[in-house]
Amino acid sequence: MADPALLRLAGVHTHIGRYHILHGVDLALGEGRLMMLLGRNGAGKTTTLRTVMGLWRASAGEIRFAGSALTALDPPAIARLGIAYVPETMGLFAGLSVRENLLLGTGPGGLAASRIEEVLTLFPVLREKWDLPAGALSGGQKQMLAIGRAMVETRRMLVVDEPSKGLAPGVIDQLIAALAALKAAGTTILLVEQNFAMAAALGDDVAVMDDGRIVHVGTMAALAADTALQVRLLGLHLGSHQ
Amino acid sequence: MRAGDTAPILAVPLLLLAALPAMGFADWLTLSASGLAMGMLLFLMASGLTLIFGLMDVLNFTHGAFVGFGAFIAASVWARLPGLVAAPGLAANLLALAAAGGAAALVCGGLGLAFERVVIRRVYGAHLRQILITVGAMIVAEQMSVVIWGPDALTLAKPASLASSFIVAGGAVEKFRLVAAALGLAAFAALRLVLARTRIGLVVRAGVEDREMVEALGYRVRRLFVFVFAVGTALAGLGGAMWAVYAGTVTAGLGGELTVLLFTVVVIGGLGSVSGSFLGALLVGLITNYVGFLAPKLALLANVALMAGVLLWRPRGLLPLVRT
Ligand SMILES: Nc1ncnc2c1ncn2[C@@H]1O[C@H](COP(=O)(O)OP(=O)(O)OP(=O)(O)O)[C@@H](O)[C@H]1O
Ligand SMILES: [Mg+2]
Repeated sequence: MADPALLRLAGVHTHIGRYHILHGVDLALGEGRLMMLLGRNGAGKTTTLRTVMGLWRASAGEIRFAGSALTALDPPAIARLGIAYVPETMGLFAGLSVRENLLLGTGPGGLAASRIEEVLTLFPVLREKWDLPAGALSGGQKQMLAIGRAMVETRRMLVVDEPSKGLAPGVIDQLIAALAALKAAGTTILLVEQNFAMAAALGDDVAVMDDGRIVHVGTMAALAADTALQVRLLGLHLGSHQ
Repeated sequence: MRAGDTAPILAVPLLLLAALPAMGFADWLTLSASGLAMGMLLFLMASGLTLIFGLMDVLNFTHGAFVGFGAFIAASVWARLPGLVAAPGLAANLLALAAAGGAAALVCGGLGLAFERVVIRRVYGAHLRQILITVGAMIVAEQMSVVIWGPDALTLAKPASLASSFIVAGGAVEKFRLVAAALGLAAFAALRLVLARTRIGLVVRAGVEDREMVEALGYRVRRLFVFVFAVGTALAGLGGAMWAVYAGTVTAGLGGELTVLLFTVVVIGGLGSVSGSFLGALLVGLITNYVGFLAPKLALLANVALMAGVLLWRPRGLLPLVRT
């Protein structure tokens, strides 16, 4: 029977060098859903995303995406299944122009004018910076470019690591709008976020990590409504982070 | 090259000017021309070395061996085409040059491909092992060229129509050096064009900055690296072939001797930077010629001093790459 989940992690363990970081991560992400992966610093969120992308090798367990076993593939092969990854560090090429950074996100067809328009409509400031090196952008502009690069080609899934980190509220609103547009277009999204306001604005589903494991799975609505659960899982509640 | 980063480019004209008071104008002209020509050849050889390091962090001390092989292959081809070499017409001479350079580039590119598969691939990410194994391979390659081409130096006659010199203001500029310079310049322009304008060039530039992210975007950097390695070794072979004709003699030690100069060039330029190694090659070529004339014993030392000076001024080289 076909797996109803687009992405499924089952009992995933990851070692980084001698360190055992993920201790059996189980996660299922339905097609077209947006899942927030929450958890305190050092919980293993970034490690989980990097393991999905094949940037760390899972030492045990299974990761399946649309019927393929990702654990057997290298990062380029995983990306080519239709997964865009925006790392915590954004992964921009500082010496390359805004245009070139976007171009790297496209397939052999290059930049389609309609896609460029879409990105520039969501992030108008990038238009003025078109030929500047990405290294010359502000933090917020860089994050817009990083998300924009993940949008210039149709992807089945988008994996984003803490896009709101260090950004001003106005910029965060623009990012929320971009992710909402992607979601509306049917893209499945796995989003790591510490900014609970952003999480609450976007998430369908929530998974909470602690110490290399998933400790809670549910809907965003249920978590947003349950202050006691927020405090227990995250040590904060929805109101405190706005 | 980044906008606003023009100071390093001025280093070449500054060096040219600085040398002028130290010698007569005619000597200066001759030495400058041959220094620039030598620089262009060094660039041909070094361009692959810098990209190989930039893209995969591979320190390849065997690179000079490809230069050496290229020189020997050119000498062999040269010996078989005495008619073309001695013919008075430029076209025949250029044909001989193309045959020698083409054979050297093809064979060295092929050898590079094999070398990447058999040796380099096993030592990705381990600098100490790279140094040990590529220095070892350099020694093996030198011995192999002794076995194939014998222990004695081979000599090459200058192509007949290019052996003479233009005399400009009393200074002599050998015609062959202009051909060598033109070839180096053409290679630089072509590499810059490919890097700046093509998809593959874009991916190479991105890969030099952040290989992991390029892979996460779906590009197979390793496959690209094999290609870059083969092109780099082919250019080393071509450079070696031109060097053989330029110097008129080839010895088994050539590759090893040039390795020192080539690493000087890429370190001065900024590891991974093609434009940087172009500037570095011109500076090394000029210094070698000027100091070789003024104080021959200090030529090698002068290049070390040049490298130290550049690194004091710019610790990561003249045109360092942005690494994310
Ligand atoms: N390269 C590494 N080498 C060793 N340990 C690492 C490495 N990267 C991460 N870790 C460890 O793995 C654990 C999980 O890290 P990870 O980056 O996945 O956490 P995170 O949930 O993304 O945290 P944050 O919210 O701070 O980004 C941490 O204890 C961290 O110290
Ligand atoms: Mg993280």
